[in-house]
Amino acid sequence: MRLGHDRDQQLFAASVRALLGRECMPEHARAGFSPKRWEALAGIGVPGLLVPGQYGGLGLGAGELAAVAEEAGRACAPEPVIEAAVAAALLTHAADGKDTGRAADWLRALADGGATAAVALCPAAPVAHAVHADFVLVARDDALYGMPAAAARIVPVGGVDPGRALGRIDTVVRAPGAALLLATGQGAALAEAARLGAIAAAADLLGSARAMLDLTVQYAGRREQFGRSIGTYQAVKHKLADVLTAIEFARPTVLRAAHSYDHALPSAARDAAMAKVFASDAADLAARACLQVHGAIGYTEECDLSLWLRRVWALSSAWGDAAHHRAAVADDLLGPDPAPACPPR
Amino acid sequence: MDRLLYLTLCQIMLARVTDLAFTVAEEDFRCEIREWLAAHVPREPLPSMDTAEGFRAHQEWERELYDAGWAVVGWPARYGGRDASLFEWLIFEEEYWRSGAPGRVGQNGIFLFAPTLFEYGTEEQKNRILPPMARGEQIWVQGWSEPGAGSDLAALRSRAVRDERRGGWVLSGQKTWSSRGAFGHRLFGLFRTDPAAGRHRGLTYLMADLAADGVSVRPIRQLDGEPGFAEVFLDDVFVPDADVLGEPGQGWNVAMSTTGSERGLSLRSPGRFLAAADRLVALYGQVRAGTTPGRRTPDTYRDAVADAWMRAEAYRLYVFQTVTRLQEGGVVVGAESSLNKVFWSELDADLHTTAQRLLGPHAETGGPWLDGYLFALAGPIYAGTNEIQRNVIAERLLGMEREPKGGRR
Repeated sequence: MRLGHDRDQQLFAASVRALLGRECMPEHARAGFSPKRWEALAGIGVPGLLVPGQYGGLGLGAGELAAVAEEAGRACAPEPVIEAAVAAALLTHAADGKDTGRAADWLRALADGGATAAVALCPAAPVAHAVHADFVLVARDDALYGMPAAAARIVPVGGVDPGRALGRIDTVVRAPGAALLLATGQGAALAEAARLGAIAAAADLLGSARAMLDLTVQYAGRREQFGRSIGTYQAVKHKLADVLTAIEFARPTVLRAAHSYDHALPSAARDAAMAKVFASDAADLAARACLQVHGAIGYTEECDLSLWLRRVWALSSAWGDAAHHRAAVADDLLGPDPAPACPPR
Repeated sequence: MDRLLYLTLCQIMLARVTDLAFTVAEEDFRCEIREWLAAHVPREPLPSMDTAEGFRAHQEWERELYDAGWAVVGWPARYGGRDASLFEWLIFEEEYWRSGAPGRVGQNGIFLFAPTLFEYGTEEQKNRILPPMARGEQIWVQGWSEPGAGSDLAALRSRAVRDERRGGWVLSGQKTWSSRGAFGHRLFGLFRTDPAAGRHRGLTYLMADLAADGVSVRPIRQLDGEPGFAEVFLDDVFVPDADVLGEPGQGWNVAMSTTGSERGLSLRSPGRFLAAADRLVALYGQVRAGTTPGRRTPDTYRDAVADAWMRAEAYRLYVFQTVTRLQEGGVVVGAESSLNKVFWSELDADLHTTAQRLLGPHAETGGPWLDGYLFALAGPIYAGTNEIQRNVIAERLLGMEREPKGGRR
């Protein structure tokens, strides 16, 4: 029995933290995706984290990804860390151990930082990081398609978090010839990839929530009203204490979900859902409380808090929101939700 | 039965724990306690421990646990324990609460006082006090709160005055909210020995016999109608030097080690909430199937049931993480225990509220769920109110500035 990041994961996370601490200050994060920063992250192996060694990646798992994603959230890094990992998982299944073919080529490109990926698992939803992606993976039924960005029709879509660089991809519908069928019979792999995305997003939300909390504790210590800092008031303290409690109890659920994913345990689906429930709820609570404690200054774009608020508003719903995953846990635990007593007319 | 087959069966029944693997020895330990409990837990619930009859019945159960070596698994063998590791203790607790075994009438001694004794007690004190505590013969009662000192514990005024001639201390004052005080035997608590010293200084950790001259106990009926706690009046009660724990004047520091245990791991292990959450899931199924009378629309509470279960799981994982850290780095739990306390007490209150909702119009007729509900409502109050815990979290874990103290002293 052991629950906690291991030493290698801690070291890896520390190096990501150090890198982002230098390269991803709030003013950098504001500017959006940076190819230069992505290259630096590739230099320490981040995009190739889940790419098997035979394609030049690190061949690590969700445990390492969670440690890294938490750092990406903490720094509010607008780079597609989650997407790279999910793409690696999908392409690894599609490549099926072969050294040649499009899936293998993209795995190598991911690992050396030469390409960024966007992943469209839900047909209708806008796709994060599509605008600057070099290739996109699209799931339809149980098949996985891929296409170079140049061949895809990617339409930028506005969003609450500019750092997400959302786009709509409708090539598969409109011009099926441009999409390359990578593999069929990928139902299990797609479900697994969605779980990986949920775990990584959960970890990112923990880092984001903690960053907001730290900013807010500092602010509450500086801001004076009625002759003393607002951080001395219990009304403020208790709000922030609740945020810390929510974050600290979410973290071990994320660690467990990563562990279950890496060992393909029977509870992996439920554990991933649980992690996203706790992390989304913790981050939503953090966003509300931190905005409230900042007051009007927190309601401005210029305040750095806005970077994380926007990230959390988007990411707490992405990869399934808390309600979606809570319902999944309830179904698993209590049996399927029965039909409503009165069917809608 | 073939041993390997038996172990495998145990593993299958424990689908929830196999995702974070215990060692074979730990699983052995789990099977052993599970078997013993299955054979020994009383089929009918014991009467409330806060009645004279129930108190005795619970003491007898403690003795039965002790004779089988289960009363204090984490203690050293020479005091009646079996030197279990923290993980084994957590396993014991999971199995204990899962089996529906009686509440622990000796818990305030075993889980709150004993850890302090291990840290500060002399050999003589440990040899004298721990074995009868483990056997359930001496039930200990906490004497901290006073009418004027609740959340602000350091405002306590009960005094201990030095008696050089007799070699001890003379106690006077009033303690209150002392759980098991109505039928318990001995009290541990804080007394002011140096009124001139600062609030937190000049306190001494002392023990007193509730049958001694000058002690009178007034039981207080709680919301469930039973005298679960009591007021203790001390009128020139003599306590020998042998019953001072730690150094005179160091009582605050000595006591804080107990509050760490109380809020942290030992008072409320995850096992209790995991068991309650599993029962809640079962209750939902029974109400839905109509085998237990309840509300006609239990599905309204699907999310609440799932949440309660997930939070119990999250608490378990959090404790595993804490124990992992303790074992690897020897980190003191300290202020983090306030996170635990807020989390488990609110989880417990919400869990039992959900059970009441599922029972709907039948909830008010009483039974174990109503008892559990009333008990859970005390959680955010005892062992340091959750408001105090949130102050600790904000000030000691987040480093926020203390509130200026107004109008005192």
